[in-house]
This record gives sequence, structure tokens and C-alpha cells, in this order.
Amino acid sequence: MISLEHLCKTFEGGNEVHALNDVSLTIPTGDVFGIIGISGAGKSTLVRCLNLLERPTSGRVVVDGVDVTNLKGAALREYRRHVAMIFQGFGLLAQKTALENVCFPYLASTGKVTTENREEALGYLDRVGLADRAGSYPAQLSGGQKQRVAIARALACHPDYILCDEATSALDPASTAQVLRLLRTINAETGVTIIVITHSMQVVEDICKDVAVLVSGKVVEQGSVAEVFANPQHEVTRQLLGKESWNE
Amino acid sequence: MSSLSSFFAQYGSLLGQGLADTLVMLFVSTAFSYVIGIFLGVVLCVTAPRGLRPMRALNAVLGWVVNIGRSIPFIILLVSVFPITRALVGTTTGVQGVIPPLVLSTTPFVARMVEQSLAEVPRDAIEAAEACGASIPRIVVSALLPEALPSIVRGVSITLIAVLGYTAIAGAVGAGGLGDIAIRYGYYRYQDEVMIATLVLIVILVQVIQSTCDAIAKKIDHR
Ligand SMILES: Nc1ncnc2c1ncn2[C@@H]1O[C@H](COP(=O)(O)OP(=O)(O)OP(=O)(O)O)[C@@H](O)[C@H]1O
Ligand SMILES: [Mg+2]
Repeated sequence: MISLEHLCKTFEGGNEVHALNDVSLTIPTGDVFGIIGISGAGKSTLVRCLNLLERPTSGRVVVDGVDVTNLKGAALREYRRHVAMIFQGFGLLAQKTALENVCFPYLASTGKVTTENREEALGYLDRVGLADRAGSYPAQLSGGQKQRVAIARALACHPDYILCDEATSALDPASTAQVLRLLRTINAETGVTIIVITHSMQVVEDICKDVAVLVSGKVVEQGSVAEVFANPQHEVTRQLLGKESWNE
Repeated sequence: MSSLSSFFAQYGSLLGQGLADTLVMLFVSTAFSYVIGIFLGVVLCVTAPRGLRPMRALNAVLGWVVNIGRSIPFIILLVSVFPITRALVGTTTGVQGVIPPLVLSTTPFVARMVEQSLAEVPRDAIEAAEACGASIPRIVVSALLPEALPSIVRGVSITLIAVLGYTAIAGAVGAGGLGDIAIRYGYYRYQDEVMIATLVLIVILVQVIQSTCDAIAKKIDHR
């Protein structure tokens, strides 16, 4: 279970940006949890605070009962594998093959890639349907294939949580469906908790059980997808659901 | 034909020696410059404001040092570091004597080139490596440098060609090499054909450097 407690993130600079403004959320273990919001709402900031690529300005991130907010060094790096991440831009290393990319978490954790690691990585590539592309470089793969390599890499972190930041936003509808289906079966088979950041209600509807709506760094609504969809409370939720015209 | 062979009989060994001296100056000093320059480039990139480990003061100071190194004209640097050169290699003339100032002058250039190549690596790939729990040294060694390698190799050709120019300047203060020959024979003694021969050699050298580096970069680049 992940609890975010009064999380705030302020970016200093010319003019301060309050990207997160007292966000409190509970993400149950085994869930597929959607965080939805329009561009600039603070969704990326929220997940980046979750794996501490960004340090919250205040508040706590508690994962499985442990306050991870101030982790450092080896403990921080260990924790990051515990909450693997998938990016909108895939984040693959262009000069490494699909297999080498999937092996990167082993390299990160132990400094080497053993034969067993490589076999396990091949297993993950097989799991995402790309066993035959192990030797391909990212440039030789389609967007959907790249994202599936990224999912295999996330699995190689042996995570209990997978954070997806707009994982399907750069993909066409067919690849989107394929990636979402994959994430859903991984969740069903392994019980890994998946946190899906998106601006698309369709994505939430397709795979999420619960959802939180983020507006200007604040959670304005949360609950099960069924509830929120049936009875949206906030104007932005209704807009995202297409129940309110933006053209007035 | 016979005039060409008599030309080579007379100047062949001179030009051969000049070429060898130039190559030694070129490759030895460039190699040293890259050893130090890659290190500095990595530090500049990692400590940059949006780098992996921002360190404002260190980055600013190092940036200044590099800029100062780059602003000093090579000929001035060459003569002003004579004491250091003498302490390091025991002489200030010949091929040996010019290598320390060449390294000193080339290293800041290399540092900026490497920094630039590293900065071109897409941010999300590096963040993904961070999100896999890689330490900063691991990211540098296993992600940042390999991703930037094709670009660094392209930079090597630019560096080598710039250093080739420096070696010709160094020739003027008795370092030997093709530049030295061009000046001594072509300029002081009006032997145009010797000067032309050295120029032809230098042009060929530049072409070979450029096409070799391009070919290597192309071969190792999988984008
Ligand atoms: N490093 C940063 N420095 C300054 N401001 C930032 C930084 N990162 C994000 N912001 C600001 O924080 C706010 C939230 O950004 P964030 O990227 O989290 O939004 P988002 O919901 O992910 O948007 P999108 O859907 O476009 O990805 C924005 O106003 C953005 O400009
Ligand atoms: Mg975002």
C-alpha cells in the first residue's frame, strides 16, 4: 500500500509553481490506480515524487508502512526498483539492444549481468511478446514494441509497484490496447500494483479499478472508477468524461 | 617523372620524419587530452544545474577554468608554460616539448565537446536508468557515455584536425613535424615544392581523419 500524506511540491525559480498542493492519497496493494488530470495538473510531478526522482517539498510518501521520503544512497536505489517506472517517451537506451535494455536493472543493482539474469530477461521479453526481437535496437522497433521492452525492463526490477506516466500517450489505438491489456494481465497474474497516470478517461475506463482526479496540484475527486464515472462531482471530471462541452 | 623521384630522393626522408613527428604529436596529445577531457566533460555535465547531481559552485568554477583555458591563444600558452613543460618532460623543444602545451590547450576544448555530446543524450533515457536504481557512476559508465559515444567519436575528428593546426604552430618554435618543414623550407628558403608536398600530406591526413571517424561513428551508432 502506498500512502501519500499531505504531499507538496513547489518549484522555485522566476515564479514559484505549486505543482502539488497538499495531495493525500491511498493506493491499495494489487490495485490498478488511475491518476487523471489535464496537462499541467501535476501528474508527472506526483509520480516523480513517488519514486523520488523529485523530492517533495513537504509531506510524506509511505510505502508498505515505511516512510521513504528521505531515503538516500543504496536504500533509495533499492526502493526505486521496488517501484519501477514506465515513461511516455519509453526511456530506452538507443545504443543498447532490447535485451541489453531489459538487463539494465540487473546491472544497476549488482554491477553485472549473469547468464541467469539474461535468461530471466529473455523470459520477460517473451512475456511481452518480443522474444524474437531481443537483438533489435530501439530504432528498429515500433512505438508499441518499444513500450513493451520498457515494460519488460520494469519487470526485471522485480517491482511491487509499476508507475506508468502517460505510457500509452505516444501510441496509436492498436498499440495502446495491446499495452493496456498487457499491463492488466501482469496485474492479474502477479498482483503487482499499477499506477496509471493519464489524461485519457478511456485509459482509466479500460484498466483502472480506482481513480483520483488531479486539478492544479490538488486531488479534487477520488473513488472507484464505477462511482466516479457514474456520478462525477467536479467540473473537470465531467469535462474529461466529455459530459460537459468545452466549447461554450 | 624523374624530377618527382629525385624530389623524393632528396626530401623523402625529411618528409617521412616530419609526418611521423606530426602523427606522434597529434595522437599522443589528443589521447592525453581525451583522458582528462572526458573526465572534465562528465563532471561538467553531471554537476550542471539540471544534471544528475547539480553542484553550482563546482560547475561554475570548472566552467570558468575551462573557458580561460580555451581563450588563451595557443602560441601564448606554448611559451608561457615553458617552465612547466621543462619540469614535466625535461625539454621545451622537439616533439616531446610540445606535447604538454598541446594537452593543456586541447583538454578544455575536449571537455566542452564531451559535455556537449553528453548533453545531447535524451533526458528520459537517463531518467529511466535512474528509475532502475542505478548509481550515478553506473549511469555515467553504462548509460551516459555509451549513448554519447557516436557523438564523441565525431567530436574526435574535429579535435584531431584542430590539434593538427596547433602542431603546425608549434613547428614555428622548433617542435618539428610537417608544419615546421613547411615553414623552414617553404617560407624561409622559398622551396615551394617542399611546402606543397607538406600541404598535400596535411590535406590527406585531414581527409583520412575525417572519414575514419565518420565511418567509426556510423558503425557504432544504432539510432
Ligand atoms: N522542473 C520543473 N521546474 C519548474 N516547474 C516545473 C518543473 N516540472 C514541472 N513544473 C511545473 O509543474 C506543473 C505540473 O507539471 P507536470 O509535469 O507534473 O504536469 P502534468 O500533469 O504531468 O502535465 P502533462 O499532462 O502535460 O504531462 C506545471 O505547471 C509545470 O510547468
Ligand atoms: Mg506529465
